[in-house]
Amino acid sequence: MNQSTKKDNSQANARIISSILTAPELAEIDHEISHAPYRSAVAIDALKIVQKHHRWVSDESLTGLADYLDMSTAELEGIATFYSLIYRKPVGEKVISLCDSVTCWIKGYAQLEKHISRQLGVGLGETTADNRYTFLPAPCLGACDRAPVMMVGEETHLDLTPDKINQILETPILKSPAPKNPVPKSPISKSDGGQPE
Amino acid sequence: MISKLPLTQNINAARDPVNLETYEANHGYQAARKAVLEMSPADCLQVVQDSGLRGRGGAGFPTGMKWSFVPMNTDAQGNHVSDGHKYLICNADEMEPGTFKDRLLMECDPHQLIEGMILSAWTIQADVAYIFIRHEYHLASKLLQEAIDACYAKGYLGKNIFASGFNLELYVHSSAGRYICGEETALISSLEGKRANPRAKPPFPQISGLWGRPTIVNNVETLCNITHIIRNGADWYKTLGIGQDHGTKLFGVSGRVKNPGCWELPMGTTIRELIEQHAGGMQDGYKLRGFLPGGASTDFLVEEHLDLAMDYDVIGKAGSRLGTGTMIILDDKTCPVGMTKNLVEFFAQESCGFCTPCRDGLPWSAQVLDDIESGNGIPADLNTLQNQVRFIGAIGNTHCALAPGAMEPLASAMKYFADDFKAHIDGKACPYSTESTAALASAGVN
Repeated sequence: MNQSTKKDNSQANARIISSILTAPELAEIDHEISHAPYRSAVAIDALKIVQKHHRWVSDESLTGLADYLDMSTAELEGIATFYSLIYRKPVGEKVISLCDSVTCWIKGYAQLEKHISRQLGVGLGETTADNRYTFLPAPCLGACDRAPVMMVGEETHLDLTPDKINQILETPILKSPAPKNPVPKSPISKSDGGQPE
Repeated sequence: MISKLPLTQNINAARDPVNLETYEANHGYQAARKAVLEMSPADCLQVVQDSGLRGRGGAGFPTGMKWSFVPMNTDAQGNHVSDGHKYLICNADEMEPGTFKDRLLMECDPHQLIEGMILSAWTIQADVAYIFIRHEYHLASKLLQEAIDACYAKGYLGKNIFASGFNLELYVHSSAGRYICGEETALISSLEGKRANPRAKPPFPQISGLWGRPTIVNNVETLCNITHIIRNGADWYKTLGIGQDHGTKLFGVSGRVKNPGCWELPMGTTIRELIEQHAGGMQDGYKLRGFLPGGASTDFLVEEHLDLAMDYDVIGKAGSRLGTGTMIILDDKTCPVGMTKNLVEFFAQESCGFCTPCRDGLPWSAQVLDDIESGNGIPADLNTLQNQVRFIGAIGNTHCALAPGAMEPLASAMKYFADDFKAHIDGKACPYSTESTAALASAGVN
């Protein structure tokens, strides 16, 4: 490959990347790269930056990002699907993360899970029809003295009761009593660690 | 007057935790300034070794010994010569179920952690440091970043800190989930932008860690202790413990006690004092059946162990681990089989998938426990579980300690609550299901 073809290719790549990753995203990713020893070292930071702007990581974003970080799409996909907080499917405006770990389980997780499902009309792993909420289970959120606990977006809510949940979610927001699209009960970004169902 | 409870001395709802002047008004950054200007790294290491501090992340490994394996290159005059980067990493990936102590330290006194990190970095001569914090701790991340920015502005971080010639860059790295990131070599893989698979040891991180360079990973609470050990000395630190181990520790209680919470207490305080005095004892109508002394991956202990001192070796001799020191209480209306199932399911979900005993063994254990809990268990299931404990629980059969950790609550539950396992199988149902539903209904949870 001669020098000019190489240059054309990289310009073409740059055009493709800039059509997928926006200028603010690229600026944030470049900031991370500035203190990393090599580009692919910022893979997780970069996935989080893309997700911050789009709420999830689409196939197009993933491919563009892999190019930008000089890594294969497969390698970046392997990283993206490993981490439970990188979403490879669209999520609602806010993610509800209900802690299902031991202390919250003792203090009534199962009942609260049913309550939220009923109020929102969706099961775990699903998004409400109005796209406001995606309902996911979460591992211990580190506030066990105030269990049961959940997060809605970046807010942590403590000492949950059904009434408190109703206030937080401003329910009823959904008309349909049953899930509209019953899909397998699983987190959105399912780990490949072998979760028992 | 030096506080007997140094870790929480600044914690006060009315105080702005990020304000640098407030922190400095109570001797803040004096230890860091003194160490960097007047003490050699070897002096600092000696103080930490003499203090007897043991890692507060759960394993209880002596911190000074861990640091002593970092290679130190010195010239003929004893001055440190750099041959490349060395790294200090604060493990703030608090994800052990039942643990809620590091969040408190970071949200309520971020400068204490930063000062501990400056001191630790100076001791091992690290020039780059990271706080690897779990994504969900948004407030802690924000406060830490504000505190770090204030330190950069004052010249306490960055180039030539305290005008000493010592450089230290400190970054906050927010994680993307997964419990396994708390394992130190998995954390290093994750910080490098990879899947968080643990690494084989040796080489140990002190020799070949982050990007192949010497690296120390310490828990938040461990690093906070360093601030006070260097400030007040090893002899002072040793006066704080009332048992075998030195210093104080954050201990917590969650579950059906009257006053769940987290307290700083001397090492060696009895479990009974923690549960009955500080946590107020059991809620009315509930009795203590047992407890996990230090998070989800520690063996159950029971009433007969209440008078044990909370020291690493004392709890170890009783067949469990002090772990993170945050106790999870099993009450008499909660099913021990159901609780064990919840714990094992957590570990099965959080397996990184690298080695077979963990990836395939833990879901199998969870399945057997689910059968028993749902009334579909058979007597041979108990044998199956015992075999799983024997094979998965043995260190050396798995790539890291996650799966053996998962077997600790299972093995001990089968020992202490054997009658409950048998009752589920004989009665073909969970004997607690109606009782616990009624209890929850009366507590207002429908």
